[in-house]
Amino acid sequence: MDIFVQQVVSGLATGGIYGSLALALVMIYQATDVVNYAQGEMAMFSTYLAWTLINAGLPYWVAFAATLAIAFVGGLAIERVVIRPVENAPVLTIVIVCIGLLVILNSLAGWVYSYIQKPFPSPFPEKPIRIGNVFFGAHDLGALGVTLVVLLSLYVFFRYTTLGLAMRAAAQNPVSSRLCGIRVGWMLAVGWGLAALVGAVAGMMVAPVVFLDPNMMAGILIYAFASATLGGFTSPGGAVLGGLIVGVIENLVGTYVRFIGTELKLTVALAVILVVLVAKPSGLFGRAAVHRV
Amino acid sequence: MALLEVAGLEAQYGWTKVLHGLSFAVDVGGITTILGANGAGKTTTLRAVCGMVKTAGEVRFDGHRIAGRATEDIVRLGIAHVPEGRGTFMQLTVEENLRLGAYARASRGTLAGDLRRVFEYFPVLGDRQRQIAGSLSGGEQQMLAVARALMLRPRLLLLDEPSLGLAPLVVREIFRIVRTINREERVGVLLVEQNAAMALDLADHAYLLETGRVVMSGPAETLRKDDAIRRSYLGY
Amino acid sequence: MSGAGLRRAVVLAAVVVACVLPFALSNFRLFQFTQVFIYAIALLGLNILTGFNGQISLGHGAFYAVGAYTTAIMIDKWNVPYGWTIPVAGLLCLVVGFLFGIPALRLEGLYLALATFALALAIPQILKYFEHWTGGSQGIVLSKPRAPFGLTLNPDQWLYFVTLGVLLVLFVLAANLLSRRTGRAIVAIRDNPIAAQAMGVNNALYKSLTFGVSAAYTGVAGALSAVAIAFVAPDTFNVFLSITFLVGIVIGGLASISGAVFGALFIQFVPNWAQDISKAAPWAIYGIFLITFMYAMPRGIAGSLRLVLGRLARLSGGTRRVA
Repeated sequence: MDIFVQQVVSGLATGGIYGSLALALVMIYQATDVVNYAQGEMAMFSTYLAWTLINAGLPYWVAFAATLAIAFVGGLAIERVVIRPVENAPVLTIVIVCIGLLVILNSLAGWVYSYIQKPFPSPFPEKPIRIGNVFFGAHDLGALGVTLVVLLSLYVFFRYTTLGLAMRAAAQNPVSSRLCGIRVGWMLAVGWGLAALVGAVAGMMVAPVVFLDPNMMAGILIYAFASATLGGFTSPGGAVLGGLIVGVIENLVGTYVRFIGTELKLTVALAVILVVLVAKPSGLFGRAAVHRV
Repeated sequence: MALLEVAGLEAQYGWTKVLHGLSFAVDVGGITTILGANGAGKTTTLRAVCGMVKTAGEVRFDGHRIAGRATEDIVRLGIAHVPEGRGTFMQLTVEENLRLGAYARASRGTLAGDLRRVFEYFPVLGDRQRQIAGSLSGGEQQMLAVARALMLRPRLLLLDEPSLGLAPLVVREIFRIVRTINREERVGVLLVEQNAAMALDLADHAYLLETGRVVMSGPAETLRKDDAIRRSYLGY
Repeated sequence: MSGAGLRRAVVLAAVVVACVLPFALSNFRLFQFTQVFIYAIALLGLNILTGFNGQISLGHGAFYAVGAYTTAIMIDKWNVPYGWTIPVAGLLCLVVGFLFGIPALRLEGLYLALATFALALAIPQILKYFEHWTGGSQGIVLSKPRAPFGLTLNPDQWLYFVTLGVLLVLFVLAANLLSRRTGRAIVAIRDNPIAAQAMGVNNALYKSLTFGVSAAYTGVAGALSAVAIAFVAPDTFNVFLSITFLVGIVIGGLASISGAVFGALFIQFVPNWAQDISKAAPWAIYGIFLITFMYAMPRGIAGSLRLVLGRLARLSGGTRRVA
């Protein structure tokens, strides 16, 4: 029973990371109908920037905050500079631009930082934390905590601030938003900035576990897709919840099912995607698309 | 100087030209209506004023050129557009819709005060503040659309076929409120309508549009009384 | 000269040039062009499904793999002459594609993309799992066929002509299919499925059939690639292959037959150019190529050509199209 609880919490921690990246994907998808395939690489690159800052001597949390700021500005800039020229183009064209971005970021990271794995520090202590009879990894609890704080802040921002309301409006109905004087293009840019910020948090929380290398986010991106599929691509809350569920499932399957070796690492993610798409494509909390004739 | 002056306005969708050199005006505190059959270009005219379609020609608001500017910038100058189909934010609450209307407001004034004012005009909205806008009836959504436009504290109100799909009683109520707003707050109104009778009742000045051209214009009173015009253009 | 006549002349000229090339190029270059033809067939397959019919597939690498392995297994295990394996691969993929198209009916846009993406990810693992048939991670080694009837062509030249021949047949077939009623039905389903259904088009049947035909084309391409490269291995058919195919049809031009050729040229040669430009970060250069292409030609090469030619026609006072 103790192992079960431990694995569930560990799964929730990983799940929080999947959910964060899934949230970033859903935020951009809701506003633009485009899946940003470069989301993982943006997160990876932000994590490398954090690594550079930490190596330059900055205390962890200062580097953390600075990275969030840089990621936000970076995401915003990418939307305004890279995406804007094609924002009215067909969806697949924008997808190709995202793929181009993915490839550029991955290649740049490899070139600047090399493909050798690097360790990334965790701000949480090494010693496990004991609650009752169960030992929990401090990093697991810490990562889960950080993720929840970030997600909660985002929720409050979108629900209760004017800017958050304007962003929701711009995503749902750009034409009417313009008629309210909302600069829809900039709302989109801020959305990309926030998505990049959330991705950076995910990257920095997962790097201590999987080690920093240019390809570290690829598998996590796939799990983020699975999470968003499970929760529903039209539901930000669903994406996060989907992430938590997928994280727990992955961990439990990895612990209790013998033949899932490293070769079949992605199997859980793929299985989740296919099962959800067969049963209910719009996911647990997503809305089925209604087509007006 | 008129509040809104339009001269030689042309507009097109893709390769198709829809407006062929329109000229009309709205006076400060005046109500102008543009009438015409389906496809005459009435909705396009309003969209052209707001910069929502590709245009050529002169559009001046309060003497300033607004042709070619972005919609959100034009709105911030004080022009509120209640579009065809209402443009309600279906997934947001009534209150959120109204808050969005006030987003680009130029003048000061507390949000609460403005909401109260708008609920005075439309009490039914006050009752349904926290309701999701998509669940309102057609008439209520139209009221919400007009209310949202009012939250901007506009100097010019553009109304695109507000009577479409609504019961006559509701339409009468909305028109009554528009008249009140026009009188009490000196808000100019540019009204596009198919319901010519009600529009001519409300307006000071009227223009008749046919396939993108003004074919007749004059004081609303004159058009309303002229039998020949009524019969051939307005169908009653 | 009318538009259609001009187009036919250009195509004919291109075919003539293509037939002369093998005697002017090195074997390596020839092999590259053979690969271009193979990609063009695969891309046409994907374009029929995604460009013309609006069903997004991120998993066409799977059908490519099925075609390739069908050929490889038939040659390796049963000594079937390679010529016969190609239509068999095509037919098998037609059936598999059609069967896949049936559950795909329930999935729209993003969800179909996700499902096919998941499929593409799973392919290498599935191939390695069925070791007995597929030779596992080692793959299957074949030998390059020689030119028959004692023709004085080296194997590379012979394969070049074989793939060119198959390409021409398949392209003409596709052009005919898409210009008739069937083609219009397929496009109608993409543009407005509800209206199409209301006008009597059997959406379900057409969509599944389109999936099947699309898979068949890509499967034939896979079969040809197995013969041309003389080797198949699971890791070649990873998710990047499927993404490359998608890149190919968007860059080449959706809903365009010539787009398949442009796209194939891009995905074959641009990675090489990128490597020439920068040894250190070639994929970064490739990415920049991708992005600048999409800025300059958002509707792909074929789409831009269409626009330019259309504008020229309008300027020269051709028939005014009432939009």
